[in-house]
Amino acid sequence: MIVAERKPFEEIYAFAQKHKTVLLLGCGACVTVCMAGGEKEVGVLASQIVLAARERGDTIGMIEHTITRQCDAEFFDEVTARKIAQADAVISMACGVGVQYCVERFPEIVVYPALNTKFYGATVEQGVWSERCAGCGECLVDKTGGVCPIARCAKSLLNGPCGGSEDGKCEVNPDIPCAWQLIYERMEKLGRLDELEDILPMKDWTSGRDGGPRTITREDMRL
Amino acid sequence: MSAAIADSEPALKSGSRLERVLRAGQFAVTAELGPPKSADTEVIKQKAGFLKGAVDAVNITDNQTAIVRMSSIAAGFLAMQEGLEPVIQITCRDRNRLAIQADVLGAYALGMRNILCLSGDHQRFGNHPGSKNVYDMDSIQLVAMLRAMRDDKVFACGEEIRNSKKAPVVEPRIFIGAAANPFADPFEFRVTRLGKKVKAGADFIQTQCIYDMDRFRKWMESVRNRGLHEKVYILAGITPLKSVRMAEYMRDNVAGLTVPEHVIERLRKADDPKAEGERMAVEQMRELREMPGISGIHIMAIESENTVPGLVEKAGLLPRPAASQGKGT
Repeated sequence: MIVAERKPFEEIYAFAQKHKTVLLLGCGACVTVCMAGGEKEVGVLASQIVLAARERGDTIGMIEHTITRQCDAEFFDEVTARKIAQADAVISMACGVGVQYCVERFPEIVVYPALNTKFYGATVEQGVWSERCAGCGECLVDKTGGVCPIARCAKSLLNGPCGGSEDGKCEVNPDIPCAWQLIYERMEKLGRLDELEDILPMKDWTSGRDGGPRTITREDMRL
Repeated sequence: MSAAIADSEPALKSGSRLERVLRAGQFAVTAELGPPKSADTEVIKQKAGFLKGAVDAVNITDNQTAIVRMSSIAAGFLAMQEGLEPVIQITCRDRNRLAIQADVLGAYALGMRNILCLSGDHQRFGNHPGSKNVYDMDSIQLVAMLRAMRDDKVFACGEEIRNSKKAPVVEPRIFIGAAANPFADPFEFRVTRLGKKVKAGADFIQTQCIYDMDRFRKWMESVRNRGLHEKVYILAGITPLKSVRMAEYMRDNVAGLTVPEHVIERLRKADDPKAEGERMAVEQMRELREMPGISGIHIMAIESENTVPGLVEKAGLLPRPAASQGKGT
């Protein structure tokens, strides 16, 4: 999933302060799972803004609404359109994709981001999310025991650990496991250590963001 | 490296002074020369003055610990003007394949013949932690790219290294170095990684600074078991300790570096820890000189380049061989 984190309150409040009526728009997908921008977080943030406005003498009316996904046209339904029409700004609690898609669907209204979109990751334990994929466009984890060195090595090294790997930890931060330690252990377990002797050549990054913004078109799926 | 191996590859790859010293079977001595954190050329002249005649080549760091300094190629050029042969460091952190290849052509055109390929310290450690890192390639892929530029005379894209179809091929003939850290983890993978660097085309290896001689001996044993010492020249890294504080700092703050307690204890008991640190470095150099598979020493006397000639002399490594005094190609 896409993992995001809510922006600091003051940053969001500064967006709201510029308007009389604000629609706080939650998203029911990834950001609900990572507890950053779902229905519950919409409720909490709306209350915080209302309370702060009261204390500071600002007049901000809040409308709360959460849709299934902000990255899909079908969920921006008539109800959503009506609520947007009542507001003079939207603060989207979706990821960066949802915020932009909201802008595309409703170009007449200003849309602010309430979240900082972080990475593609997994819930590793309650309240902890961790990066797993960098969206490079050409998956190679078949060669690295199912552990991605591009996303999980701080230097995206493809041929083994740098000199900073110590006790299984990354030189950047002892809280980060060294991806190559994980790869080594996994390949050892699989009895495939000999494969790590192969040199992986320089990667062609055109399949990733370096090739320019990406679009996938599937003719078989088009209407 | 044994004479038999040297005979089987008669042609010099780069003709660099360092390559000639190693090829001649001489025990090589190189030292690090850190460029200044300014455009002050005097710093390089002064450091070069200390090192001249005491070493076969000077290793010019490339924004080491991710702190901005004068570029390794510019500092290397200034070192050449002072009569020293540079080993230019190139990290994969700051430049992509276009920039690195352009710099390799430029360095070669300016007369530089040795390049050391490194991953580079993460920018988090330096004075621009908010910068974007590149890592278009890793150090092993960088070695392979330089080897292909030299031996296959092609760029990373496969195009020939010539200005036009009718122009001559003028490839950078580089003596290719890489680093090895026997003290990082996983230990078993460290020799594998060295093997990959050799397979990619490394001609010489510089190791991380050695304090834990037991672990280094163990690592070298694995290196010899795989016959890697016969395929690559290994220069053992030495950084003299100046104080207990420095030793503890290195132990606690430099990832992938071990300083055993007995080393720190010896400094602690010494009346003059700096002199004791130098004595320990000299002892290590003498032992490493006798260690099978070690072709030379690389001294990283961080901001203490003035101590290098004394260390080299006490280790019995002066004068440097004539090959090192000759003019570089």
